[in-house]
Amino acid sequence: MTKRRIHMLAVLGALALILAACGGGTSATTADGVTTTVGGDVTTTLADTSTTMADTSTTMAAGELGVIEIAAGDPIKIASLQAISGDVASLGLDQVRGIEIAIANKGEIAGHSIELAFNEDDLCNSEGGQTGATRIIADPQVVAVIGTSCSGAGVPASNVITSAGRILISGSNTSPVLTSDLAGNESAEHHDGYYRTAHNDAIQGAAAAKFVFEELGLTQVATINDGDPYTQGLTSAFEGPFEELGGTIVLSTAVTADQTDMTTPLTEASAAGAELIFFPIFQPAGDFIPEQAPSIAGLEDVVLMGADGLLSDTYVTLPQSEGMYFSGPTTPTTPAYEDFVTQYEEEYGEPPIQSFHAHAFDAANMVFTAIETIAQMSGDTLVIDLQALRDELGSMTYEGLTGTLSCDEFGDCAAPSINIMQNTEAEADIEAVRGNVLVTYTREDLGL
Amino acid sequence: MSEAISVPARPIRSASRVTPVTIFLWGLRIAALAVILYGSYQSISSGRLSGAQWRDLLIFGTSTGSVFALIALGYTMVYGVLRFINFAHGEVFMVGAMMAFYVANGLAATSLWIASPFVSLLIVFIAAMTTSASLAVLLERIAYRPLRNAPRLIPLITSIGASFTIQYLVSGLVGPSTKDFPRMEPLRGTINVAGSLIPTSRVVVIVVTVIVMIALYLFVERTRTGKSMRAVSEDQETAALMGIDVNRTIVTVFAVGGAMAGVAGALWGLVFPSLNYFSGFLPGIKAFTAAVLGGIGNILGAMLGGVSLGVVESIGPSLVLAGYDIPAFSQLKDVVAYAALVMVLIFRPTGILGERLSRDRT
Repeated sequence: MTKRRIHMLAVLGALALILAACGGGTSATTADGVTTTVGGDVTTTLADTSTTMADTSTTMAAGELGVIEIAAGDPIKIASLQAISGDVASLGLDQVRGIEIAIANKGEIAGHSIELAFNEDDLCNSEGGQTGATRIIADPQVVAVIGTSCSGAGVPASNVITSAGRILISGSNTSPVLTSDLAGNESAEHHDGYYRTAHNDAIQGAAAAKFVFEELGLTQVATINDGDPYTQGLTSAFEGPFEELGGTIVLSTAVTADQTDMTTPLTEASAAGAELIFFPIFQPAGDFIPEQAPSIAGLEDVVLMGADGLLSDTYVTLPQSEGMYFSGPTTPTTPAYEDFVTQYEEEYGEPPIQSFHAHAFDAANMVFTAIETIAQMSGDTLVIDLQALRDELGSMTYEGLTGTLSCDEFGDCAAPSINIMQNTEAEADIEAVRGNVLVTYTREDLGL
Repeated sequence: MSEAISVPARPIRSASRVTPVTIFLWGLRIAALAVILYGSYQSISSGRLSGAQWRDLLIFGTSTGSVFALIALGYTMVYGVLRFINFAHGEVFMVGAMMAFYVANGLAATSLWIASPFVSLLIVFIAAMTTSASLAVLLERIAYRPLRNAPRLIPLITSIGASFTIQYLVSGLVGPSTKDFPRMEPLRGTINVAGSLIPTSRVVVIVVTVIVMIALYLFVERTRTGKSMRAVSEDQETAALMGIDVNRTIVTVFAVGGAMAGVAGALWGLVFPSLNYFSGFLPGIKAFTAAVLGGIGNILGAMLGGVSLGVVESIGPSLVLAGYDIPAFSQLKDVVAYAALVMVLIFRPTGILGERLSRDRT
């Protein structure tokens, strides 16, 4: 009898909790007094949880995403999901180093060490993002994932990781598709639980457009993307503001990421009368556009411009990239950043190899600070409430290396400014190119 | 036809020929032609590209196609004698290109590179050819000879395995990063070809390909070894009975095919000077397509198929797809290439020049 009573109590408790948690759903009381709930997948949850509720009701009360309990002596697990192979390896490796330094500097949170439990490869494409994210969430102890490197991998990873209640925070995803267009419109691939410390490309596109129109004085531009969300997002973020300024997009075309022969799109660009080609793509396809452009009739003097995806040591040292313009995030100049770079060099024997190491460092530290704030001790166990973690990340203001970080409702945390740089004969490596700043645009300059 | 109906035996035969499948195929052919012609008419009449630009695209396509043709020779010659597709051939090409990169890189540091570009190029070509030919022979010895009498599917699967093995061996040996081929000053300029300025490297590719192909043709048709190659591809057992060393001939076929891939690799490095361990995959698949396009097993077919594929890929997107206002059509050049293969196979199921197989095997 007592067993049955507990069971009934559990069912009632579960009902109450689900109703409380599911404020968005509509509930109605029918004539015979039975409460039915419509909305979301509540009905199925009800069936699944009713039997186990007796055990979990105490923990469920904390938040609908559940909690992660860390026993005394166990580490707090963090995962990295970055592009660490192939031509974009420098983009991911740079950030993995940022995360490693952040973990080493932080030491421990509430007496627990921090462990980088996964160092997955996002392959810079959606398959890699999907696979890596799935592998990571299979471990129920992982609290947060720092990644991805590429927006293309970020789209599936954001879905998989946030659906599992965990946090995904990226230091280099920049596509507007993952958050919003910065004008208050939520993007299709935005999920709660996704944050980023990198800029939104709505800003980078507008900055590049303003530079081309006002500083270079060019009005006829061709854009080339490779179909990836990052490159597509950035070309459209460029095209809109550029046409608003009064310029003309004479050609908006695409190549594939493994294409070597660029003569067809380049001939089309020449026929359309392009004065500048904006191609925010990756290596290796990015190698071949400046290589082949001068050999196309009509493009001998065309101006070439890339973006932060090409702003790496392996690219700026190519002879054909000389003279190219790049847009990218501002390099911090604070003493704290200088110290970070010194530590980076001591640890890895070379200066930073890409632009997003500090962003990844900040992302990791934001997560650590948020965990520190919301984690509670329950006996010997450290309890991290995942919903509270999201709320904390969404509302906190964090002073990082890259500036003051404060997330908007769609997960954009950066207050970025964008540099326009040029790779001239004098610039021998990525550090020099990142130092050769022609113009800096803040969000206010661009009216965003 | 009316006469045929009066003869009792004939109508049945002609009636059986016009099946729904035949009607469907003809419909498909006419529809395909209509789609291509309408698209081409639209984009040519729009005057978007000038005559000179079409001609440039044609020359660019021919030069890329020449490289495909050189690689395709290896596929088609091996198919000719052993009746299986050596999918590791794309990797033989990549290894040739890698060797060309290392030799060129070494030479670029010497004064020979500037003082005598022709000799330097010759050294690069010889190194690439030797490496690729040796690798192809090694593959034959290790991976294919033990399977000579196995069902045809077995060496095919083996070749896919060999392909991955070589890719990751190279990745392990030289690292996964992209190698930047050193530039050769005389090749960076342009040459005036029939009124349009064409990059010298593209012209060099076409010229070298033509020379190599003529040499290969003479080798196969005029020498004793060439004759024994043709005999082995005709009928291995009879050839053996006539005193031809079949094993030796097959090794020669692999070596010659590999050398062609080596030349292709060095030429690829001149035109597309960035390469990594994965660079052989796409050109390999394209060359295989070219071999099928021209008629697998047919050496002239491979040459023709390679060049046509390069041209179709270069001109096709601008010519046909642009006519339908398809956005970002240049991204679809691979689609155009494979669609062209399907088109040719609809009209001529054995390829442009037809499959050259001995009678008893077909």
